[in-house]
Amino acid sequence: MDKVDIDLLKEVADIENGELKGAYNIRKNGKGIERNVTENVNIVTKKDVSGIDIIVKENTKFEIIHIPVIITESGLKDVVYNDFYIGKNANVIIVAGCGIHNDHHQDSQHDGIHRFYLEEGARVRYIEKHYGEGNGDGKRILNPITEVDLKQGSSMEMESTQIKGVDSTIRETKGVLEADTNFVVTEKIMTHGEQLAKTIFDVQLNGENSRTHVTSRSVATGNSKQYFISKIYGNAKSFSHSECDAIIKDNAKVIATPEVTANHVDANLIHEAAIGKIAGEQLIKLMTLGLTEEQAEQEIIKGFLK
Amino acid sequence: MLELKNICFTRDNKKILDNINLKIDEDKLIAITGPNGSGKSTICKIIMGIERPDSGQVILNGEDITNLSIDERARKQISFAFQQPVKFKGITVYDLIKLSAGKDINKKEACDILSNVGLCAKEYIDREVNGSLSGGELKRIEIATIAVRESKLTIFDEPEAGIDLWSFNNLIQVFENLQESKKSSIIIVSHQERILNIADNVILMKDGKIEKIAQKEEILESIEKPCCRIKRGENNG
Repeated sequence: MDKVDIDLLKEVADIENGELKGAYNIRKNGKGIERNVTENVNIVTKKDVSGIDIIVKENTKFEIIHIPVIITESGLKDVVYNDFYIGKNANVIIVAGCGIHNDHHQDSQHDGIHRFYLEEGARVRYIEKHYGEGNGDGKRILNPITEVDLKQGSSMEMESTQIKGVDSTIRETKGVLEADTNFVVTEKIMTHGEQLAKTIFDVQLNGENSRTHVTSRSVATGNSKQYFISKIYGNAKSFSHSECDAIIKDNAKVIATPEVTANHVDANLIHEAAIGKIAGEQLIKLMTLGLTEEQAEQEIIKGFLK
Repeated sequence: MLELKNICFTRDNKKILDNINLKIDEDKLIAITGPNGSGKSTICKIIMGIERPDSGQVILNGEDITNLSIDERARKQISFAFQQPVKFKGITVYDLIKLSAGKDINKKEACDILSNVGLCAKEYIDREVNGSLSGGELKRIEIATIAVRESKLTIFDEPEAGIDLWSFNNLIQVFENLQESKKSSIIIVSHQERILNIADNVILMKDGKIEKIAQKEEILESIEKPCCRIKRGENNG
């Protein structure tokens, strides 16, 4: 690994000096370059398509699994299928993420299709960070698809962050929830320049007492465009809360399209959307503390996306 | 230390401030009172730079600061506590106190500040400064952001607004402590007799003009009658 690789790994997965412990698989420019498995977590290369299966044994407690992807080759289009099989009552943290460094004029693209199969009582915290850098005019494109299948009594918390440098992203997140499950999604996005970000959520609340909470906080600046589409179906006695909260600046556009469908009399589905520029009073308050208008704006955005 | 010279401010054809002239000496606690709409808050906003006067000058320690921005005035050690504390998304109480201090202070120091304004620090330090906090809690946090700053002039715009009686009792103590601990002037816009009672001087405003600058006893006597009549008139209208 060179310095660019190490820096990208730090950005997307908080990995210091490229050194990892526990189970991990590092993929660079379309190929696995480093892997480690543990007694409870096995990682197997897929035979039919590019990608890996991550198999977590039943009752595994508190292991952290890293599966970062880095792309430094301009013009590469990488498609990867990663399937996660989480055994009964296991409780793990999975840190994914993709960093693209593109200094050239050809587009670099990574499409990651991540499928999660959580057995009964399993719990997963999934952290995914997307980041782009480089001085070339080639675009940095990331299109992640996340599919989540929650068996009875399982829960998944997903945090996805894209703060910088990704020119175009279409991210789809789908969930199918059985009884007594919980799917919490927190998304943070910041776009600038001519960037485009589109996020689509599709959650099926099929089991009794299934719950989902989808939160999107985003900042759109420059000429960038963001679409937030959320479709939630209450097919049983269930609860959902989806929120889209966006700060808009310059000539940016944010389009939020909430869709909630209650197919059951005891489905309780809530949606909130708030889009607007930074409140003038927030800027004034921070300026009365001695911050310049620019500094005040940065602090407000930093807090908002924290 | 602070002087307002011939300040005029008109909005929507209404004279909000009509040729205000005022001098505030060092280390004084000044209360500004008067009926709603008499221009009290506007004077404070003009001192902080939140509003700009149509004409006139704001002089701080001999320097004309009329054209300085809010943050430039803040760096000249003017502080301003909002009548309605501002809420944020994601910014915690600790973040806001650090920003107010203008330096990296540790959690213990921040907790001490919160305790001084009557908040149980541990419960609040990591909470977001958002709508989940009550009016009284937000007000105390607002005052904590002022107390942590090094100020030569501190302005409180109706600190009693939106808080319960219990919080109000503590608030009086906070002002007294602030004045004792720091060599600075304090301006408080208030309708509350107990706040007027702790002031060195009370300024009575009416219809955009300073009607009287007096000792508190004098104002308290006169405020009973004319102000009540004005308020009743407004309510009936």
